[in-house]
Amino acid sequence: MIKTENLTKKFNSHLAVDRLTLNIGEGEVFGFLGPNGAGKTTTIRMLTCLIAPTAGKAQILQYEVGRDDQMIRRNVGVLTETPGLYDRLSAWQNLLIFARLYEVENPERQVEKYLNMLGLWERRHDPAGTFSKGMKQKLAIARALLHEPRVLFLDEPTSGLDPEAAKLVRDFIAELRGKGRTIFICTHNLDEADRLCDRIAVFKTRLRVVDTPAGLRRQLYGRKVVFHLAQTADSFIDTLRHIPLVKEIQAIDNKLVVALDEPEKHNPDLIRRLVQAGADIQFVGELRHSLEDIYLQLIRDEA
Amino acid sequence: MEKIKTILVKEWREVFKNRLVLFTVAFLPLILTAIPLISLAATGDFGEELSNSASPSEFFGDLCVGLGEMDCTQVYTLSLFTIMFMILPVAIPVTIAAYSIVGEKTARSLEPLLATPITTTELLVGKALAAIIPAILATWISFGIYLFGARLMVNDLVFGRLLAPHWLAAVLVVAPLLTLMSVSFAMMVSSRVSDPRVAEQLSALVILPIVFLMIGQSVGFILIDQRVIWLLGGGVAVLDVILVYLAVRVFERETILTRWK
Ligand SMILES: Nc1ncnc2c1ncn2[C@@H]1O[C@H](COP(=O)(O)OP(=O)(O)O)[C@@H](O)[C@H]1O
Ligand SMILES: [Mg+2]
Repeated sequence: MIKTENLTKKFNSHLAVDRLTLNIGEGEVFGFLGPNGAGKTTTIRMLTCLIAPTAGKAQILQYEVGRDDQMIRRNVGVLTETPGLYDRLSAWQNLLIFARLYEVENPERQVEKYLNMLGLWERRHDPAGTFSKGMKQKLAIARALLHEPRVLFLDEPTSGLDPEAAKLVRDFIAELRGKGRTIFICTHNLDEADRLCDRIAVFKTRLRVVDTPAGLRRQLYGRKVVFHLAQTADSFIDTLRHIPLVKEIQAIDNKLVVALDEPEKHNPDLIRRLVQAGADIQFVGELRHSLEDIYLQLIRDEA
Repeated sequence: MEKIKTILVKEWREVFKNRLVLFTVAFLPLILTAIPLISLAATGDFGEELSNSASPSEFFGDLCVGLGEMDCTQVYTLSLFTIMFMILPVAIPVTIAAYSIVGEKTARSLEPLLATPITTTELLVGKALAAIIPAILATWISFGIYLFGARLMVNDLVFGRLLAPHWLAAVLVVAPLLTLMSVSFAMMVSSRVSDPRVAEQLSALVILPIVFLMIGQSVGFILIDQRVIWLLGGGVAVLDVILVYLAVRVFERETILTRWK
């Protein structure tokens, strides 16, 4: 669906996107995660044929960026970083203009459908300038969907919204999933990427890593199990240390933290051994690293 | 075509909510039409007085061949004011055209717009027409009102002079060419600047040559006759070709989108 190969953008001497290679499948919700200035917007602009890559290739559907730009524009929807609505025009007019520019077959019906879907129907005659930030964002999302694009790019869909509006927008994006539409979401919000996306790319000028949210956690830290004991844990380190499956073991007060690949399979055995060694186990749990830890580590610049 | 129409209608919906635009499109022509009619009425009333002044025929040259002195004064007044109808086509579209691109930049609406399958030509033509059509219509309507008013005030002989081919050509052909000049110049400025006010002020400079022409004429430096009109028309046509080319060249999608903050 979306394929890039060494996609690069330089602004004069400033390297904004460096040899980005991605392969995103049909129907995938793909998170493009990176801090401000990482080059996310620049990437979206290249993929939507708004700016030309300095080097490298990109393909959307079967179309080549730089060669089939017009076809790409027809098949792609984009929510730009700022909604960019015509504030003096009504919500209805704003959408109708775009429905026409996208050559939608029955523009009025499409506009009505999306105004209803996003709960803006009642306010359709109000100038867009009178809308709240959240409503503007929803209107801009509707605008990106009018022509039922197969690929949708969302540039920071919830940034600058209050938590309630952000949730509404997120819920709507969640609804868009699983309808065969490929969605590319730029965000600097980890939680959002974690909740919405099938896969996440961590990106800062260069691609740092691509994986599923769970895979990211595992890839970086492995999985860890915590045994809460009734007594101090130090003395039980030796009980488990020699087991080959245990990759790492650590005692903190009365907690024993064990790193292993498949806790589902090996926990029962570990528990048995600990009990035999005289440990009183109170709780067993998985230690989940927040995606935040992982992210911060990834985008740290290896100077 | 559909897309050009969409842009055109969109521009009008937006721009006619602006008071300054309403003023330049509706009131400016009315005022500029009222002034010559009032002056004409005045020359009619004070014709006697004027006819006593020192030999006008000499000053007017071949403008007055075959006319009495009062008629001659009226013909002179009319020709003096017909140039108004060359200021109108330049002045009316400036505000609309100057706002056309920089307005989208400041509203950040250019990016979603350029992401649609609209071609640069469609976009520019739509925006240009949004300024050109009201300008030409307003000019012609004002000229119509002017003719009608003049008809009531002057005799057949003088009115006949007003309908001379070169004056009609001035209004029907040179005026639209002037509008195109004004619009392409203002759109070029609009593409380059990042502040709508600056766009408007710079674009307004395009009126200056016509104002000079008018001043030149009113102080007797130039007499706008057939020759001047044809020269003007030819010159503006050439200028149009250059300006349209530049306006299209300056609208470089990527630059306009990214290099203005
Ligand atoms: N038109 C431009 N000219 C010069 N530098 C730019 C331009 N657009 C973006 N940049 C730079 O490229 C980098 C990436 O910007 P951007 O893609 O907007 O990042 P993000 O969307 O991830 O916050 C930033 O350092 C920014 O300053
Ligand atoms: Mg950005």
